[in-house]
Amino acid sequence: MADDLISFEGVGFAYGATPVLTDLDVRVPADGITAVAGPSGSGKSTLLRLANRLLLPDRGTVRHRGIDVATIPPPTLRRRLGMVFQRPSPFPGSVRDNLAVAAPDLTDDQARRLMARVGLAADLLDREASDLSGGQLQRMCLARALATEPESLLLDEPSTALDPAARHGIEQLARSLAEAGTPLVWVTHDLEQLRRVADHVVLLMNGRARMSGSVADLDAAARSDPKIAAFLAETPPEAREDADER
Amino acid sequence: MNGDLDVLRLAASLLLVAVAVALSSVQQLRLSRTILWASLRALVQLLLVGVALELVIAPDRPLYLAWAWVVGILVYAAVVVQRRAGAVPGVFTIALAALSASAVVSLGVLFGLGVFPLEGRALVPLAGMMVGNSMTATVLVTRRMAAEFRDKRDEIEARLALGLPAPAAGRPYLREAVRTALIPQIESTRTVGLIFLPGAMTGLILAGAQPLEATMIQAAIMYLILGSVATTTAVVALGVRRRLLTADHRLVLPQARGQRR
Ligand SMILES: Nc1ncnc2c1ncn2[C@@H]1O[C@H](COP(=O)(O)OP(=O)(O)OP(=O)(O)O)[C@@H](O)[C@H]1O
Ligand SMILES: [Mg+2]
Repeated sequence: MADDLISFEGVGFAYGATPVLTDLDVRVPADGITAVAGPSGSGKSTLLRLANRLLLPDRGTVRHRGIDVATIPPPTLRRRLGMVFQRPSPFPGSVRDNLAVAAPDLTDDQARRLMARVGLAADLLDREASDLSGGQLQRMCLARALATEPESLLLDEPSTALDPAARHGIEQLARSLAEAGTPLVWVTHDLEQLRRVADHVVLLMNGRARMSGSVADLDAAARSDPKIAAFLAETPPEAREDADER
Repeated sequence: MNGDLDVLRLAASLLLVAVAVALSSVQQLRLSRTILWASLRALVQLLLVGVALELVIAPDRPLYLAWAWVVGILVYAAVVVQRRAGAVPGVFTIALAALSASAVVSLGVLFGLGVFPLEGRALVPLAGMMVGNSMTATVLVTRRMAAEFRDKRDEIEARLALGLPAPAAGRPYLREAVRTALIPQIESTRTVGLIFLPGAMTGLILAGAQPLEATMIQAAIMYLILGSVATTTAVVALGVRRRLLTADHRLVLPQARGQRR
């Protein structure tokens, strides 16, 4: 579909002998926030890596706005689809240096504005990036992704290390980005967060999309699909433990 | 030189091996057999090489034999690299290309500018020094590259995800691996001669050369080694980088089993 931000058509992917995705069909609409949920190890991070072509599918096609991503030069594709990874990885140097990797011509003014957008104090700019706390690091990585001015964003659990206030800040930022026309894909473990942020939901289970649609569709599906009901019932406490470990 | 005398001298030097063996058994190091075996093996290897060298570089032998010898050690060195750093796919080809390129450059300079006369007796030992040292450096830098790219895989993928092309995404890690691999060579160049005289110089002085003349030759050899080690290290690192960061800008680590292409 030319209208979709990303679509997966019959996508299969395995790490060696470990199949992760089998025959995945998913459409990510080109507006709003699409939350991707699913049990740990269901392939949510893999899905994002396939979307920006850090991985190639074994079978099937991944499209970005209707165009097979295999035909788009990867740097171009990736500048359109900003990505924040699950494990934050600071580059050597200061926070400012980190932002400059994304945007070498970044002015001091732009750097300060980026920091403000992700809720970080501007005086952290000259701090060694590796000295930041987990939550600060996560937000720096978001700022780094925003620095390339992507037209859409892939976020892999971007608020797991944050306190409620900071998490709220990131959710607000995502909402305002979405409203300003930047669609987002948001992988989350946190079903309450999913209910707060999601315009669309994709639920991954056993290598396929078990359901996709609105939050209301998710609740409706839970009534007829015991596996989905079990997932909705069981996930939150486990997800919190995960977040604490990080 | 007097052949009988040489055999006598060699036999006398074997006394030193006997000392080592005696020490080992007195102190119950259980190394006697290993020492004997290593000494014997070294002797046989050197004798074989000596005989082969007689065939290849005696003054009446044609020069192409010496070149064939050089090609032979280049291939053998690449095989050794493959054996010791085989985790990176295609490392044989990379090593062979890098060692050959560096041989062409460094031997080209030495003989092209007339630093040494182009004869088998100069070509073969110089190529041996050059290839031997470069081979060690090649193994080192290949392993460093694989380790560095594995350690920093998150950072490298984050750089790729920011839209950096593969060469730029890999550059800081390549630089680090090359630096680490070159430091031992630079260290040994820096301290050369302070305590132990390098092999070539020792040999020349023993054979009766003036110390200053020996110094000149040793310096030329040292530069040859430094230059060729630096060249091979850089070329190999680049080759390995192109294996790990593909032309379509993905990070493909060896043994990350899913990524065949
Ligand atoms: N580089 C890799 N090599 C081999 N297996 C991998 C690799 N990366 C992920 N896997 C496996 O693939 C499966 C899916 O991983 P993925 O990271 O996509 O899951 P996820 O849904 O993001 O999980 P989580 O919620 O825990 O982040 C898991 O079983 C994981 O162990
Ligand atoms: Mg994940």
